[in-house]
Amino acid sequence: MTAGGWIILLVSVSLVTSLFIWCVYKVFSIPGETEHLHGVEFQTPDEKTEED
Amino acid sequence: MGKLARQFFAGQEHLGRLNDPSMARPKESWNSRIGVILAVSGSAVGLGNFLRFPGQAAQYGGGAFMLAYFVAFLLIGLPICWAEWTMGRRAGQHGFNSCPGIFAYITRHPVGMYLGAIGIVIPVVVYMYYVYIEAWCLGYSVNFLRGEMAFPTAGDAGAFWEKFIGNSENGAAVGFGLKEVGIYLLVAFVLNFYLIYRGLAKGIELFCKFAMPTLIVLAMVVLVRVLTLGSPDETNPHNSVANGLGFMWNPSKVMVQEAEEGTYGSRRWVNIEELVGADLIAAKRAEMDGSETRRVVTITVWQQLRNPQLWLAAAGQIFFSLSVGFGILMTYSSYLSKSDDVVLSGLAATSTNEFCEVGLGGLITVPAGFAFLGVAGVAGQGTFALGFKVLPMVFSNMPAGQFFGFLFFFLLFLAAVTSSLSMVQPGIAFLEETMEINRKQSVAILGVITAFGTGFVVYFSKDSKALDTFDFWVGTFLIFILATIQIITFAWVLGLDEGFKEAHQGAAIRIPRIYRVIMKYICPLFLITVFLLWVVVNVFGYSFETGETNVSGYIMDLVGKDSNIVAQMSIGLIVILGVFVALVISRVKRYNDLVFKPKGMPIAD
Repeated sequence: MTAGGWIILLVSVSLVTSLFIWCVYKVFSIPGETEHLHGVEFQTPDEKTEED
Repeated sequence: MGKLARQFFAGQEHLGRLNDPSMARPKESWNSRIGVILAVSGSAVGLGNFLRFPGQAAQYGGGAFMLAYFVAFLLIGLPICWAEWTMGRRAGQHGFNSCPGIFAYITRHPVGMYLGAIGIVIPVVVYMYYVYIEAWCLGYSVNFLRGEMAFPTAGDAGAFWEKFIGNSENGAAVGFGLKEVGIYLLVAFVLNFYLIYRGLAKGIELFCKFAMPTLIVLAMVVLVRVLTLGSPDETNPHNSVANGLGFMWNPSKVMVQEAEEGTYGSRRWVNIEELVGADLIAAKRAEMDGSETRRVVTITVWQQLRNPQLWLAAAGQIFFSLSVGFGILMTYSSYLSKSDDVVLSGLAATSTNEFCEVGLGGLITVPAGFAFLGVAGVAGQGTFALGFKVLPMVFSNMPAGQFFGFLFFFLLFLAAVTSSLSMVQPGIAFLEETMEINRKQSVAILGVITAFGTGFVVYFSKDSKALDTFDFWVGTFLIFILATIQIITFAWVLGLDEGFKEAHQGAAIRIPRIYRVIMKYICPLFLITVFLLWVVVNVFGYSFETGETNVSGYIMDLVGKDSNIVAQMSIGLIVILGVFVALVISRVKRYNDLVFKPKGMPIAD
């Protein structure tokens, strides 16, 4: 493996790994994010439909 | 089925509840942001990450390919991804979860509504053969676990695979022994529809929440095993993991070329062998010094970037990898609420896929194959050959290989299930939205349709003709078409101002302003250029290297004296499905109200 190969490998893998970690960090760190979530769906859709 | 038939053929009257928003069915929804991100990531992470990407990168030269790959990611992948998420969520607020409904709502035009049918045909047809490949992965993992996968040579591994998938003759793949594909197909098929039946939150989301972290951990374990292989064959030290990484990632390629005499005394140099490793290159240079018929040349990254086929391969890989252009992301995001973020979620799902593809897949498959077989064993291998011929032989020859083989194929199976699940949901959403039926009925109908299609693919297994035809015309051709339609719809029909306003509703981060230009001009132009290149290369068979034209086998299969009846029937099935979907769309009053209502009249939400 040449020096150029190592550079491309390390830059590529570092780029995608950094982006991945940053996104995970952002998703978990936004305050009040859980308030945006929907209610838990405990039933299959047709069970809900039949009840309605 | 009688009730369903009455509902469909009676035309409008059955649509009472569907057309009355106040009586609409309870809206399905995701349970958490992490859940939807993992579900979308799961849709994107599939066999392409671990098999197709490494093969493509190695074939076109690591450095040059990665440059084109990242350009395509920024100019095609991300823009279409954000466009799909945004349009899906916008239409979802008004009860449209299927691609035709979403397009009808966004475009308010019958052409848009009918073009949306492509977003149903693609995932349904791709599912028909994808679940079959999923069954291969499960079958391989089970047989590795049983210790039944010992292949001294790649030829032995190839023979097992050909028998397993019935490549020799039609009907040969049908069988239910532990070394036959039938039982695994049944398990994979039932698992998919069971999870779909449980719904978004309790089925798809719950499964992806476990499957995605599990497959990442499994991939890391396999990665450590591969990177510590060193040079397993002492008699051939050039075959090592380090050289395997070099084969895949080195920016310049060193080739042995041979002179070929052309007509009228012309002469051209043809690549015959790639060299990896400083010792080997030096030895070959010395050997060919002074030769007039053979030479060793270095092809730089810039020379490689001048090859249009490299750009085509990179753009194609981004498509297949990110699941853009399938219509899947639109359906998934239509279940979000208005205040749910789409920009960060889209980026997060995309980055998860890229991490699995570049950070894991890019370091496992090719280095492992190279360490045992060298350049000849991995160069030019297709996705399936790499995955089901080369790697099984590699695993069966490494220490603790049966265990690591099981881990690798099980992670492929998990990746495939999370993808195939996403292919079923658009069809389910379409049936429920247009035919006013519940989940049991929609699962039953789609189950029968896809079971028939999968049965067709499995039975007509000779040379994988049915699978190959579906994959080319639907899994490639139609995806280009739909992706182009999607970005044009977002940027030109919905409009950039409205589109960005919609995307930023509830967004945790903002789309950079440069993407206004990219989404309006660059992405559509890039897509259309790539699509035209694809047609020139893959349909008309033009080679940019030799300048020769040989009409593609996919065309010859359909017309002419050497046409293939299985390929023709495959196209027939695709057309029948497309007509069925269009017919259903034409009967839905709610869609027709949207697209034929005079402008300015309020739309019932």
